[in-house]
Amino acid sequence: MRHIISVLLENESGALARLVGLFAQRGYNIDSLNVAATEDPTLSRLTLVTHGNDQVIEQISKQLHKLIEVVKVSDISEAAHIERELMLVKVKASGNQREEVKRCADIFRGQIIDVTPATYTIQLVGTSDKLDAFIQALGTTPIMEVVRSGASGIARGEKTLAL
Amino acid sequence: MTSQTQPDDKSADSTRATEMLSGAAMVIRALADEGVEYLYGYPGGAVLHIYDALFQQNKVKHVLVRHEQAATHMADAYARASGKAGVVLVTSGPGATNAVTGIATAYMDSIPMVVLTGQVMSHLIGGDAFQETDMLGISRPICKHNMSVRRPEDIPYLIKKAFHIAQTGRPGPVVLDIPKDMTMPNQKFAYHYPAEINLRSYQPKLKGHSGQIKKAVTALLGAKKPILYAGGGVIMGSASNELTELAKLLNLPVTNTLMGLGAYPADDKQFIGMLGMHGSYEANQTMHHADVILAVGARFDDRVTNNTKKFCPDATIIHIDIDPASISKTINTHIPIVGLVQPVLTEMLEVLKQKKKKLDSAALQQWWQQIDQWRAVHGGRYDTTAPLLKPQYVIEQVSKITKGEAYVCSDVGQHQMFAAQYYKFNKPNRWINSGGLGTMGFGLPAAMGVKLNYPDADVVCVTGEGSIQMNIQELSTCKQYGLGVKIINLNNGYLGMVKQWQDMNYESRYASSYMDSLPDFVKLAEAYGHVGIRVTTPEELQPALERAFALKDRLVFLDIHIDPKEHVYPMQVPGGAMNDMFLSKTERT
Ligand SMILES: Cc1ncc(C[n+]2csc(CCOP(=O)(O)OP(=O)(O)O)c2C)c(N)n1
Ligand SMILES: [Mg+2]
Repeated sequence: MRHIISVLLENESGALARLVGLFAQRGYNIDSLNVAATEDPTLSRLTLVTHGNDQVIEQISKQLHKLIEVVKVSDISEAAHIERELMLVKVKASGNQREEVKRCADIFRGQIIDVTPATYTIQLVGTSDKLDAFIQALGTTPIMEVVRSGASGIARGEKTLAL
Repeated sequence: MTSQTQPDDKSADSTRATEMLSGAAMVIRALADEGVEYLYGYPGGAVLHIYDALFQQNKVKHVLVRHEQAATHMADAYARASGKAGVVLVTSGPGATNAVTGIATAYMDSIPMVVLTGQVMSHLIGGDAFQETDMLGISRPICKHNMSVRRPEDIPYLIKKAFHIAQTGRPGPVVLDIPKDMTMPNQKFAYHYPAEINLRSYQPKLKGHSGQIKKAVTALLGAKKPILYAGGGVIMGSASNELTELAKLLNLPVTNTLMGLGAYPADDKQFIGMLGMHGSYEANQTMHHADVILAVGARFDDRVTNNTKKFCPDATIIHIDIDPASISKTINTHIPIVGLVQPVLTEMLEVLKQKKKKLDSAALQQWWQQIDQWRAVHGGRYDTTAPLLKPQYVIEQVSKITKGEAYVCSDVGQHQMFAAQYYKFNKPNRWINSGGLGTMGFGLPAAMGVKLNYPDADVVCVTGEGSIQMNIQELSTCKQYGLGVKIINLNNGYLGMVKQWQDMNYESRYASSYMDSLPDFVKLAEAYGHVGIRVTTPEELQPALERAFALKDRLVFLDIHIDPKEHVYPMQVPGGAMNDMFLSKTERT
């Protein structure tokens, strides 16, 4: 099963390497990973998408906890949550295709953020599933480049992952 | 990312005049303030400032080994015997990489250790400078934590933090990388050693959950076929008294893991031996048929469980461990209790004593009858009629002459298993071996680390002619520091454990398990200034042992020629359940 794990991490050199190393060393999957400092510059927030059976996910969260620099760990996909990922897609768009690509982007509430006579660059935000669906929907349109941020997530309601 | 290492201790006595010290002097001073008596190490360019600071004081004493690996094993064994972190100092590059095996050895067995590694100047890092290696990168997967010094004034805080992390929670080695420019003798900073450290991201649990403890007690009291399975956590957690009291109170059979030997006295009738791959027949049978297993500070290692799918089918498992990640990792636990074993067992005892309900004594009596029948099946037997010396016999004699009270430091191989099976460990912290990593070369330096710190104790190194040669150079260190270790070299002329597997699985094709051209160990010992004695017949053994142990302050190298054909039994059948075992070359359960 797919899980979204949020981690609060001391913003120290080596901490991220340790965390990523743990996944490589113990053979856990990383489907996506993003990380940046928070409003408190001493803390980083990390969102990690992984998959595995319950036992593996339990081990992942315990092993993460064991890392000295990890302050908090939460599997936010266990409860109501919001997930967003940013994608930038550069496609070939000329002639008839230009209109079709634009329509498709509109349907997915994407924005065209850069234009040349032969290309469009589209920005799209949503769940990872929605981004996958958009790529599918582009159909025969030639994709030149795709950049995805990996999912970020936050719990719904008043629940927080904070100090 | 930026470094956020901030000394956060505010309890310092600010009225005292602050001392100004160089980074190098701070390293040594902090160790002295931590109460460190010995530092094990080897000098080199990157740590010369630190060595100079060491030279100018007399609180912290330095032991100069002959290879950095030995320094790590010495520190590690001191920690295993004393419970306190051992400390190592090595230079950058090759000094640091030579320490890697020792760090991994300590890590696998959860041994507290602080390893200070020199590093090239900060501005050279990343530029492939002379003797630069990324020690933080190399050691990351084999230590509990590692850190580097960014500002000299952080040194006392970082050293305190290293000890704090190494010695609390599930213990382990911590590496502190120190670039040379952090130790410049002419740059001085205010020194103050923090009294304690509080890390928001590291708050190890101490007490167990009381509700879980009550549940565990109820399960235990409902048992008809209970067993207590105790591991290294009981030793490092100083809980052997509580464990013994609990076992006595309920009349439980007790088995110890390879790491847990001595946690429960071997001479006691409730002790049923070690369990696992080379465990006793009765321990493995009792485990397999148990209805309640109380696991204390043990981690259901694959050398214990055999095939996890066939592991103890009828058992309710209670697991006490300081590390939540050890719980339900390989075997599903029914009643987990996270906490230090000592306070958890103490609380369990309190709850038990208040309970009116007792164990079903008729059922327990039947269980003991069954166990006694299993005891009679193999009972640690070996061929006593053969003309050649048997390793089992040698260990039994060593056990007798030292009254089961020696520190026994082992290498890795058949001799290690014989020592584990036939030495009667009646006290904790006496059996010192590399259980998790299985590091050949561990034994001699380990014995040195113990002998240095416990000069009046009998310290034995049980080894083989293969293992001893992995750190034989340390005989020179032994001479320099007068370490009267007794080396029991069970010389079978083979990498015996490898040979045993080749006998069992490769139709005795001895691919590289026979060592030709072995040295004359007696002469070798003498060349290093020690006493060497060769033993080739059973009759020679007793007098040789008596002579060796009578020579209190001398290192005696006993080169004991044993039957090269001997195998270690019992042995679990690979892929089987706990109780699928070979009992000899011809018998199988
Ligand atoms: C550093 C290292 N290399 C290889 C091994 C694999 N190994 C395990 S036991 C063993 C043989 C040990 O031979 P010896 O020390 O003579 O002991 P014996 O088994 O003969 O008693 C070997 C090679 C190991 N454990 N450690
Ligand atoms: Mg041998």
